[in-house]
Parts: sequence; C-alpha cells; structure tokens
Amino acid sequence: MRLRLRFTKLGKVRFISHRDVARVWERVLRRAGVPVAITEGFSPRPKVHFGLALSTGHESLGEYLDVDLHPDATAPALEPLAEQLSDLLPPGMEVEAIAEVDRRATSLQQAVTSCTWLYALPDAEPGWLSEQADRLLGADELPVTRTRKGKTVHDDLRPAVVSLEALERLDIRTTDRHPEFPSQGPFLRTELSTQPRGVRPQELLDVFDRPLRAQRTVRLHQWITLDGARHEPLLAATRAPHVTGPPTLAAAETAEDIAGVRAS
Amino acid sequence: MASVWPQLENLLDRVQKPARYIGLEQGMQRPEHGPDTVSWLLTYPDTYEIGLPNAGLQILYEILNERPDAVAERSYAPWVDLEELLREGDVPLFSVDTHRPAGTFDVLAFNLSAELTYTNLLNCVDLAGVPVHTAARTEEHPLVLAGGHCTYNPEPMADFLDAVVLGDGEEVVAEICEVLGEWRRSGRPAGSRPDVLRRLAQVPGVYVPSMYDVTYDGEHLVSVTPRHPDVPAQVEKRTVADLAEFPYPKQQLVPLTEVVHDRLNVEVFRGCTRGCRFCQAGMITRPVRERPTAQVEQMVRDGLARTGYDEVALTSLSSADFSGIESVVQSTVSGCGDQAPAGPVSVSLPSLRVDAFTVGVAAQIQRARRTGLTFAPEAGSWRLRQVINKLIREEDLYGAVSSAYSQGWRRMKLYFLVGLPTETDEDTLGIAELARNCVELGREHTANPSVTVSVGGFVPKPFTPFQWFGQNTVAELHRKVGLLREDLRRSRGVQLKWHDPKATLVEGIMSRGDRRLGPVIEQVWRRGGVFQEWSEHFDVDRWLTAMADHGLSPDWYAYRHRTEDEVLPWDHLSAGLHKDFLWQDWRDALDELGLEDCRWTPCYDCGACTGYGIEHVVASAVPPAGGSQGTGQDLATGGAVPVDLRRPMAAKAAS
Ligand code: SF4
Repeated sequence: MRLRLRFTKLGKVRFISHRDVARVWERVLRRAGVPVAITEGFSPRPKVHFGLALSTGHESLGEYLDVDLHPDATAPALEPLAEQLSDLLPPGMEVEAIAEVDRRATSLQQAVTSCTWLYALPDAEPGWLSEQADRLLGADELPVTRTRKGKTVHDDLRPAVVSLEALERLDIRTTDRHPEFPSQGPFLRTELSTQPRGVRPQELLDVFDRPLRAQRTVRLHQWITLDGARHEPLLAATRAPHVTGPPTLAAAETAEDIAGVRAS
Repeated sequence: MASVWPQLENLLDRVQKPARYIGLEQGMQRPEHGPDTVSWLLTYPDTYEIGLPNAGLQILYEILNERPDAVAERSYAPWVDLEELLREGDVPLFSVDTHRPAGTFDVLAFNLSAELTYTNLLNCVDLAGVPVHTAARTEEHPLVLAGGHCTYNPEPMADFLDAVVLGDGEEVVAEICEVLGEWRRSGRPAGSRPDVLRRLAQVPGVYVPSMYDVTYDGEHLVSVTPRHPDVPAQVEKRTVADLAEFPYPKQQLVPLTEVVHDRLNVEVFRGCTRGCRFCQAGMITRPVRERPTAQVEQMVRDGLARTGYDEVALTSLSSADFSGIESVVQSTVSGCGDQAPAGPVSVSLPSLRVDAFTVGVAAQIQRARRTGLTFAPEAGSWRLRQVINKLIREEDLYGAVSSAYSQGWRRMKLYFLVGLPTETDEDTLGIAELARNCVELGREHTANPSVTVSVGGFVPKPFTPFQWFGQNTVAELHRKVGLLREDLRRSRGVQLKWHDPKATLVEGIMSRGDRRLGPVIEQVWRRGGVFQEWSEHFDVDRWLTAMADHGLSPDWYAYRHRTEDEVLPWDHLSAGLHKDFLWQDWRDALDELGLEDCRWTPCYDCGACTGYGIEHVVASAVPPAGGSQGTGQDLATGGAVPVDLRRPMAAKAAS
C-alpha cells in the first residue's frame, strides 16, 4: 500500500535542505509508528519517495511524499494520521492532504510536468512588474545562457513559461491559514514547466529588464498532465484504476483551491 | 529589539547551510524571559554542526530552563560568510531559539573544550556587542562565563573571561543563578560589577581570574594569589556525586540538519580511572560515577521513542567498562517494548579502548548497521604503551581485529599519538607494523581489507602526569610522520592520515600557557584568525607573528620540560588530584611501570575521591571482560568480539 502526502514548508524551516527534509520525515514516520516498508540489503532504508527537490530557502504549499507501507501492515486511518504527523513535524511543515494511491502510479519525479511559483517582491514597483510580465509573456523567445557541466549552454526559456502574472495582494485566506506565508507584495505568479528540464525560479527573474531578487519564493502547486489536462498530484494518482479508498482531506477542494492562493 | 529574525532572514539566502541559524530543533525550549529571570545564552564557539550535540550544553539548557528564576537559550559561532553579513548589516550575534540579540542576555556562557576555539570566543563576544576585555565591561554588559575541559587552565583567556566553572556544571549553575538573580533584582547599580564578581568567586567551583594577582620572575611564574581574603587561594572543581540524580538531557535536541554525532546519546558514566597518562579527560573527571543500568535503559527507551533516531550511542570515556553494558545493549537491540519505534536500532560505543564483548552481543549490535570500527592503541609498542599506561597487548588488538573481520567488518581505523614521552623511532615504526599485521589478519576473511591509521601529535595537558613534558617540535613530528609515510608506502590496504603538527604546536602553547598569552590570542583574532580548528582557516604564521610581537617564545611554552618545583599556571586550580600523585605517576611512566585501575584495586589516593569525600559509583565488583589493563580474558582465544569503538567525543562533563 502506498500513501501520498502533500505538505507545506513555510517560514523559518524553509532554510533546511531537501536532504534535511528527507531525514526529518524518516524520523517523524518512525515516531508516528507508521509501518513503513524497508528496503532489503546491506543497509536497509525506509521506502519513501520524494518529488522534485525544492531549493534550500524556497517555500512551498505543495510538497509531496510517497510512503510505501509494509505489506503485512494494516492500513492506518488517514485523517488522524495527517494530524498526528503535522504535530510531530517542525513548525512550518504541515500535512495538508493524504490519500492511498496506486503503487504503480508513475513516480512523482517523473510525473510532475509543471510547478506554479509565487515570488514576493516588496521592492518592486507594481506597475512595472505587470508591464514586464506582459512583455515576457508576449515575447517569442526568452534567450538565456547558463553553465552546465562547465560549458555554456544557450537556451530559450519561453516555452517553459506556461503563465505569468503580477498580483498586488493575496487572498486573505492564505495568510490566515499559514501565518508564516509571505504577506508583503507585490507578487508574481508563474507556472513553469519541469520537462524537458526543470526551470529554476530564479532563471525567470533573471530575464527581467532589471535584475530581480525575490524576498520569498513559494512553490504553490505541482501539476501532473494527464491526457492533456492538469491535475494536482494527489488527485491525479487517486483517479488511477486500482484505488481502494477515497482521497481524504483534499476531496472537498478543487485543485486550485487546495493551495488557497488566489489573486484578489 | 526582541528578535533579529526580520534582518537575519534576508541574509540567510546568501550563506552556506542556513539551517545552522534557524533553531526549531525538536526539544527546543520556549524560554519565557521575565524581569526576575536570569537569562543565559549558552554558546558553543564553533559551528552549529559541532556545537549542537554537545552534551554539557544541552544538560545545562534543560536544567536552567526548569528553574523558575532562569531561562537559557543557545548560540553557535556564525560561519565566516554570515559573520561578514552580520557586521555589514550591523546585526548582532543572536540566540537560535528566539533570535534575541546576544548582548541582551545576563550571561554569555561558553563551552570551552578546544584551545583552537579561543579566538572564536572573542569573536562571539565582539559580535554580541560586548567588550572583549573583562576590564572594559560595565553593569550594562552580560557576564562572560566559560566551562569545559579547557577551563582547567583558563589562564591564557584570563583577560576575557569574567568567571570560569571547574568541573560538573549541574549543581553550580543554581548557585550562580542565585548570585546573579540578586544582582538583577538590585537593578545592577553603577559600580556593582566587581562586587558581583567577588561574590561569584566565593561560589565553590567558580574561578574569577580578575580576583587574582600574578607575579613573574623573568620568564617564570612565581605566584597567583587572591586579592581579597574571602577569595579562595585554590579553586576546587565541582563533582556530581551521583549521576542518577541528573537523568539529562531528558529532551535531547534533534536538529533539522545534519550535525556530528547525529543520534541519541545517553551518558552511561562519567569519569574514568583506567589511568591513561596522556588523557586529561580521564584525569580531571575522576572518580567513576555510573548511571544505574535501569535508568540508562529507561533513557534509551524514552529517547528512541521521542526522537525517532535509529541509533543510540552509550557515551562515556570507555563505555565497554560500564557494569550494565551487556544488559543495555541486549535490551536496546532486541526492541524496546511497546513504545518501540519501527525498524532496527543500532548501538555504538564511542570509546578509545580495545575492549571486548561476547560474541552474542556483538552479533546483535551489528545486526542493525555495520559502521566502521575504530580502535585506539595510541602507541606502536608495548614498551611505550606501558609508559602511557594504556596496557593493550598486541594479542588484544589482533584478537579484536580478527574477530571483527570474522564478523564481517571490512574497514578499521586505528588511532595513534606520536611525540609521546620516551618515544623512539622503533616505537613509531611499530605503528606501521601493527597496521600491516591488521591488514594481514583481514586477508583471511576478505579480499580487500582496509586499515586507516590516524596519527595525532601529542599535546601535554594540565592535571596529567605528562604536564611536565616538553612536547615534540613541529619538525620532529613531521619527521615521525615522514618515517611512517615512507614505511607504509608499499603497504597495500593501509592509509595514513595525520593531524597538522603546526596546529599541535599552537594547541601546546595554549594548553599550558599563562596570562601573557592573552594579547597573542587577541592579536590573532583581530587579524582575522577565527575557526582555527578548521584547516582551511588555520594559519600558524598568525600565531607565531603574534608571539614574536609580544616577545614570547613558542619553544619556551611548548617544547620545554618543566621541573618538579616549577610553579605551573594552573597550580591555584584543582581537579582534586594531588600534585605529588601526578609527579609519582610521571616517574612511573619514565620507568615504564603500568598502574592498575583503582575501580577494582586499592585506592592510590590520587585525591579525586579522598579530597572531596566521594567515591566510585560502580555496580560491578569485577572488571569487565576484555583484554585491556591485564584484567580481562584473552581475546585471541576467548572468542570475544569487539564493538563499534568510535572516536572521542565521549561524554563531556557538563560544564
Ligand atoms: S582517590 Fe583513589 S579511588 Fe578515587 S580516583 Fe583517586 S585513586 Fe581512584
């Protein structure tokens, strides 16, 4: 049995690395007594699978974790489990949704096709920001150069930018639910493809007319494209054919609502 | 200013390992500062990764926060990248718990366990916005305190430390809190700082350097005498008589990022009377005080359930000597009852000795995880091991090593010291011989056995029988390392690593130095010499220049043998040990005479018990099984198997 969890990484805890997050989870799962399957072999490890790495310093409303349970284990009740895990996690990390998913579902790393990002740019001028957003979106090409394995590579960023808009402020519900959430705008929101390569959020800021540094960078969503439609990874996987239980917590919410971030 | 977080968070995007600065560890306390609470900032003068696991600091953190009249937070030396940004942005040193500015605390209490961190202490004090010289501080500034092993000779740091605590800190912090609480309630009137220091000087175990006058005759120290009749002529260390009263830490901090010794650590006993003559930790923490086995088991059980760790280290200076060791290991690896966390748990015994276990227990230990094995014979020949009183026979080592190979271990690490008293080239080359023989034994069990030989230069320490010995020169240590390199060049399977002899020199100067070194430390710090424990930052020339600028001779401090009648800079401090006991032990060393462990033999009246009216707390009436000290079974034939004996970091005295 495989569980897929969606969790946050907000506030001070944003400064721990992807590796640190993995180790935190390992201990939390042990403390919660979750019967995680263990790999065979010389140095046995718990069978947990993380999605796309989030850079140290970036925040998120949409991190994912797949946990394989021991074959003999009885299925835990999901809602209390989510709550229990949230209590054990450090401040700023919270489990927001949990569901049983098909074990044969594609791994998170491969399945995710794009991510929505939010940048808090309190030093930027709102008018200029939205002008720039329109200009970039209207461009045929956004040439960038980057170094890869010591070589300079030329690349076009434009195909990776699915959407881009400037926002003056956020829906109050977001900051209500997550006191750690950045509240000082203006903001930019963008959806960036992760395939064929994962575009780093800073790369987009680098093609603005004036160099921009976000005060906070938040991953709002990760998306899986199935048959041309975009799905939240938890819902996407539970729609696969061999699901035994319904998705919990997330069930009542639409994918867009899950993150609770909307322009106002 | 309640918190520097708003400024700090904007800097953390630009530094390496920002997780060092955020706190949020599991077990972090929620300190509530109030008008009547004495606030302590417990500071480790090195990076977070090294400082966080420090047991002494964590114990005091809990004990202080349990008191209604005190709060404690923690701080660690910011790495050079953050330091630069802090100075640029005018942001002070801060606590990681609530990110309060360091200068707003009543006490900056440092753990001082390595000489090469001295400049970092100055840097932290300066970053706190506090004058580095005790003489320049006023009632507005925090008191700067230190505890830890280096405080047994704090003289080089005397200009910078308001007070120093000798020995175990568990009890004395309460008495310090009382003095400081009163000072706080009095509103810290102008001119009251000397008074509060004088009151602190009367607390047993507390040494206030500024309350003593020092006189020299030429280059030689003549005396260190108290300035006031109510200040003790000799400051005695504090010793917790019964460890069972202090089952700390109860909530070991579990960091969110990787640190050294990242596992559950349970201290099984404090003190060691094996009597290794080079080992300051063993000498100054006498006598042996074991924790009751049932309490250890309880702490292991609770700790694993609470933290989610899958590894527990049973810490002490020689954990295989713990009376309840078999029972604890057994109960740990075979699960901890109902609260057992999922999955296997591994046990490690950080310790320096070649000690042994029964096959059954060893097999259980390695069931969980197979880490590298470390043995510390310390010297390459039996003759020299008698000199240092580390009575490990070659058969002991070979027996341990081949048992380990037969149980499936592939890699070994052997620790040695070079530059020990009376060492000859034959002794040094004995190291290579031992290593080669270990690889040879490994070949019977595996195709590619590997032995790493790690060699450190010996630094004589205060309150050890070797405190009179002039250490080897940098050139001599280099020559000895060179001998080993040459000899091991064609030895397959043996890797050689060594500690920089230049760092050994600086450690040696500081370890037995006097107050005249204060300006040297200050100059090295002012010229950017921080993080001297880190090879990428260590620069011996800074130290040598500073010594020369102040007319001081490194040779005189480090390389000179001391005479019996010489006044030593730490003679006005006491670890309980009688000076004549140490001198006799030094003579015995030169006569190659070993001394048996006083836990199971009659007392030698070293002073550590007899002087304080305490005694060993040891459950077992007989020595543990093992090949060491001539007391145990024969490892080569007895079927015993060693366990994971990792590098030092044994239980630090809480201070
Ligand atoms: S006083 Fe005696 S029993 Fe106590 S540590 Fe010293 S020699 Fe051992």
